[in-house]
Amino acid sequence: MKTNIFPAIRLTLVCLVFFSGVYTLMIWGAAQLAPNNGEGELLNANEKTCYANVGQKFTQDNYFWSRPSAVDYNAAGAGGSNKGPSNPAYLNDVQARIDTFLVHNPGVSRAEIPSDLVTASGSGLDPHISRQAAVIQVKRIARVRGIAEGNIQQLILSNTEKPLLGLFGTERINVLRLNIALDNLK
Amino acid sequence: MNTEIPGIVLMYLAVVILALPLGRYIGKIFCHEKTWSDCIFNPVDKLFYKLGGINPATEMNWKKHLAALLSINLVWFLIAMFVLTNMSWLPLNPDHNPSMSADLAFNTAISFVTNTNLQHYSGETGLSYLGQLSLMLWQFISAGCGIAIAGVVFMAMKERNAGKLGNFYCLFVRSCTRILFPLAVVLSLLLLFNGTPMTFKGKTLMTSLQGDSVAVSRGPVAAFVAIKQLGTNGGGFFGPNSTHPLENPSYFTNILETVAIFLIPIAMVFALGYVLKRRKLAWTIFVVMTVGFLLLLIPTVVNEMNGNPAITRMGIGQPMGSIEGKEVRFGPAASAYWAINTTVTSNGSVNAMHDSLTPLSGMNALLGMMVNCFYGGVGVGFLNFYIFIILAVFISGLMVGRTPEFLGKKIEAKEMKIAMIIALLHPFLILTGTAMSSFLYAHAPETYAGWLNNPGYHGFSEMLYEFSSASANNGSGFEGLGDNTPFWNIACGIVMLVARYLPIIGPVAIAGSLAAKKYVPESAGTLKTDTATFGLMTFAVIAIVAALSFFPALALGPIAEYFSIY
Repeated sequence: MKTNIFPAIRLTLVCLVFFSGVYTLMIWGAAQLAPNNGEGELLNANEKTCYANVGQKFTQDNYFWSRPSAVDYNAAGAGGSNKGPSNPAYLNDVQARIDTFLVHNPGVSRAEIPSDLVTASGSGLDPHISRQAAVIQVKRIARVRGIAEGNIQQLILSNTEKPLLGLFGTERINVLRLNIALDNLK
Repeated sequence: MNTEIPGIVLMYLAVVILALPLGRYIGKIFCHEKTWSDCIFNPVDKLFYKLGGINPATEMNWKKHLAALLSINLVWFLIAMFVLTNMSWLPLNPDHNPSMSADLAFNTAISFVTNTNLQHYSGETGLSYLGQLSLMLWQFISAGCGIAIAGVVFMAMKERNAGKLGNFYCLFVRSCTRILFPLAVVLSLLLLFNGTPMTFKGKTLMTSLQGDSVAVSRGPVAAFVAIKQLGTNGGGFFGPNSTHPLENPSYFTNILETVAIFLIPIAMVFALGYVLKRRKLAWTIFVVMTVGFLLLLIPTVVNEMNGNPAITRMGIGQPMGSIEGKEVRFGPAASAYWAINTTVTSNGSVNAMHDSLTPLSGMNALLGMMVNCFYGGVGVGFLNFYIFIILAVFISGLMVGRTPEFLGKKIEAKEMKIAMIIALLHPFLILTGTAMSSFLYAHAPETYAGWLNNPGYHGFSEMLYEFSSASANNGSGFEGLGDNTPFWNIACGIVMLVARYLPIIGPVAIAGSLAAKKYVPESAGTLKTDTATFGLMTFAVIAIVAALSFFPALALGPIAEYFSIY
């Protein structure tokens, strides 16, 4: 045992310096060359700085709603609901969200609602919704803001993020960017 | 016009194309052959040996290898315990997060030293940046340790190799610096330039467009995430792991991170072919693993894309499938793909909440961990598969009435006993653990009310999943389980410990004992181990061991849940 313990301690300390220290500093050094010094993707909106890909809570009728969140979009304690697919309390929650949505969006039929708009994401910070989820909110926003529906449809079209190279992954809309564009539409 | 399926096909093709050359490279590292990286890492490694007080030329037998491995792991555990219980006053703590309680630190230290990365805490609130960086160290060196010990077994399997197994420290250092380090640098840079943060600043306060004020946690994420994915570690920087938009910002980073899960585990199989100069054997093993993987993957993708039938009954559409616990930027196919990737290897990172998977997908994730050798964790995944090969050789030998041989070495009672113990250890740990926790819960549901986040069958699955994850050294979870309690911290800690070291000791002992035996040249009567027939035999052994041991438990959890909603 003794023949092994001393080299083990010394080797571990060397690894500590190299992998926790040198490696981290290398990447951190490279981060100083990255956009925003490696603080992530930021954007400016109405003189506010936000993380472009950290989802925000949108519940007011004059904005496109984002997905429900198990942590209420708390970006300092992210998390999902962890509800199982058969959990009755969870299914009641989803039912309630559908009802709320229908109340705020008269004229939308139940079958048009896509499930991403009434279920919580894994991180609780999902910045995106599906295109369908944006389209069914157009009527409400047009009415509240007094803008023609066609203009809003146009906005959705120009804010749709295509799958990677048009071939891989999902089509989606960043709710924050869409809502900023909506605010800028005068 | 579906763009989700091409996405996952791309991820799988990319990983196989990258794993082929990487496997050759790993093989060369094990055999001390010349590679492009020598000019950089020869001096680096020399420095490691010099400062570590190690003579890399000292030959070790298999017992000395194990002694070296176990003592260095003990040192790691003690250092990890110290850091985790003293974070609050140590430097690099801009968010003023507290130190861990003793039982949580015990669980976390074991979890990271054993390459499991089961997390009973949330990174944003439970760790300082120093804590994160120390855990990142274990992510490198516990993975390096697994690769090194697989290297020892490869060496022992070589023909006419009488006990020459190299030096453990040397193999370990080479695995860390020449395999893990360069890959981690490349991946973290790619992540960094695609929106993953790398900063030592603490939380920032922001105002949302709607006017709410929100604090956003960040940190040195890019460096951490790269090695977490590559070393089949899986412990996330943030609580919700790679679902978090700062840990996995886009579909592109998701491709990178998914590829990184499989890269080294698959490359290890090709490395075996290179070291033994038996490429056909490597391909046979690869095909068996791939078939097992696809059998779990395809139904999972279909189930997730079809959505949750209980939600269908509410009359709304599910164009994105079952999307509870998933992110819109990944979609159900890429999330299902990741779920199976992460469970068949012992990675355990997630890009969707497994607790919210539809029942049969949850079952497939469980099965991935219960089998634990379809590719498997870096290094140790192959060791698990090795045990099943030994079992298959023995059974085939009995069927044809010859003394079983594997690669020219006779397999006898001693090897078989070890192989059986290791094969049965995994079901034993999972099932007794789950039985114990179910017993406690069923007899005092009020006392343990905080444990389960879901009632009924699904609650049972949460407990089964936790012990499967601990015993497979996986680290993912049905995270609804309220697992930061002394019972779960200590029980899972012990399970992880036993399930890490015994399945390393067993195969190394078998390989060491086989290596010392006389080499019997192949003859017409030798059982060929690189044929489709033998591949099928190995697969059957795996399926029988997994199905017979786990089917009853699965019937009580996910299968019962399936019939309750479909």
